[in-house]
Amino acid sequence: MEKKTPLFGKHRALGADIQPFAGYLMPIRYDGVTSEHMAVRKSVGAFDLSHMGEFRVKGQGAMAFLDHLLTNDADVLPGKAYYSTMCYPDGGIVDDLIVYRISGQEYLMVVNASNIEKDWAWVESHMTGFDVKITDESDETALVAIQGPKAQIVAEKLTDAPLEALGYYEHLTGVFAGVPALIARTGYTGEDGFEIYTRSGDAVAVWDAVMAAGKEFDIAPVGLGARDTLRLEVGYPLYGNDIDHSVTPIEAKLGWVVKLKTDKDFIGREILERQRDEKPARNLVGLSVTGKGFPRHGTPLFQGDRQVGTVTSGSIAPALNVGVCLGLVEYGVRKNGTEMEAEVRGKRIPVKVVGIPFYSNGSRKS
Amino acid sequence: MSKINEGIRYTESHEWVKRDGENYVMGITDHAQHEMGEIVMVELPAKGAQTVRGEALGALEAVKTAEDFYAPLDGTVVKVNGELDGNPALVNEDPYGEGWLVVIKAVDPAQYDELLSPDQYRALAGE
Repeated sequence: MEKKTPLFGKHRALGADIQPFAGYLMPIRYDGVTSEHMAVRKSVGAFDLSHMGEFRVKGQGAMAFLDHLLTNDADVLPGKAYYSTMCYPDGGIVDDLIVYRISGQEYLMVVNASNIEKDWAWVESHMTGFDVKITDESDETALVAIQGPKAQIVAEKLTDAPLEALGYYEHLTGVFAGVPALIARTGYTGEDGFEIYTRSGDAVAVWDAVMAAGKEFDIAPVGLGARDTLRLEVGYPLYGNDIDHSVTPIEAKLGWVVKLKTDKDFIGREILERQRDEKPARNLVGLSVTGKGFPRHGTPLFQGDRQVGTVTSGSIAPALNVGVCLGLVEYGVRKNGTEMEAEVRGKRIPVKVVGIPFYSNGSRKS
Repeated sequence: MSKINEGIRYTESHEWVKRDGENYVMGITDHAQHEMGEIVMVELPAKGAQTVRGEALGALEAVKTAEDFYAPLDGTVVKVNGELDGNPALVNEDPYGEGWLVVIKAVDPAQYDELLSPDQYRALAGE
């Protein structure tokens, strides 16, 4: 039996196509993936991401614990956030996540909905020896994201918090739409925007206020379909598609979230350090479709008769109107401009390695 | 609620078929195009291709998914909708009209009568 987010009734009233995803009944699309996608690129969209998991980590040992568990450095200032991977000892990825440093001794980890149980078990199993207390607040926490170039103007109508001064990957605790909230300038769309974390019981108030405040900009409710095309268009990996236990952050070109320049020890360090030095066997790369067709997750990539990789995500890029993919390819064919072919239904479609992001005109603050 | 036209026949895999003399026009149903979302590419068979009832005849690519469509009848492809190459969205906009896919010359016209009636299809599609 799938769970419902506190906004389920809103989605149904909006006529959304609702499907099971990661154990939740989630809106996949409302009006259409393309129009929702373009609303976020050109104006503003609202997302219900209440299915995501939230773990609170508190205590004297909070920083040391997260430094042991996660590949990125927990030593950021309170009020800042960081993106990280969490790895197995073999370097494979348990999950990718955002961590908000709430105060000196308190952090909030936000994990993928599909991994909540696995992550919780993993995090809990490594607590020994650390002075920390962890709580799974996933069920009590709602998340509404407001994304797009007009996101700040919309959000400012609903809070007195100084959003103009809030930088990318910064957050604050305040009142939003009349309810207590963690207001963060984060997102996964390549656009400027905010993620508003509240108690589940307050989610409807936040959603209604956001939709009303965004009305003058034709705010669109955005489903998981467009969330996927938005993140793909800017080349962000999706756990379960592009990255998983079989892929390391070095292979996924996420070396920038692996703190090998520090002397901190963390799970997976030894393997990841070796991979960095010896070069990985394969890399996650961007691919632009130069032929006709749309390779998808699992499509094999060939040079002649030889398979050189596999597509991990693929779709039309709505803002560019071309097919784009992420794919895991052999290290030797990773460079931009390298040509190969995707085999779809027995036909070969020419594709070419290109730099990511595919779409680089987003309003995201850097 | 999707549109189900009278006077034509349907398949369990959500194609519609319309008799036109000795030829049969086919496409995908309004229900099917709605389920798929925006169609961004249509892969059609070549003119002259043999069709085998129940076997894949071509494919439709939507933003999020790809689906094969299936031959409703044994026969030969005598015409394909070339307009869809430049304007695949016709399948969404007018699935029973300008969004038609192919015309088949059937080997055995009796196969047409074995296809689903509008009422049978309505029940199948849950409309």
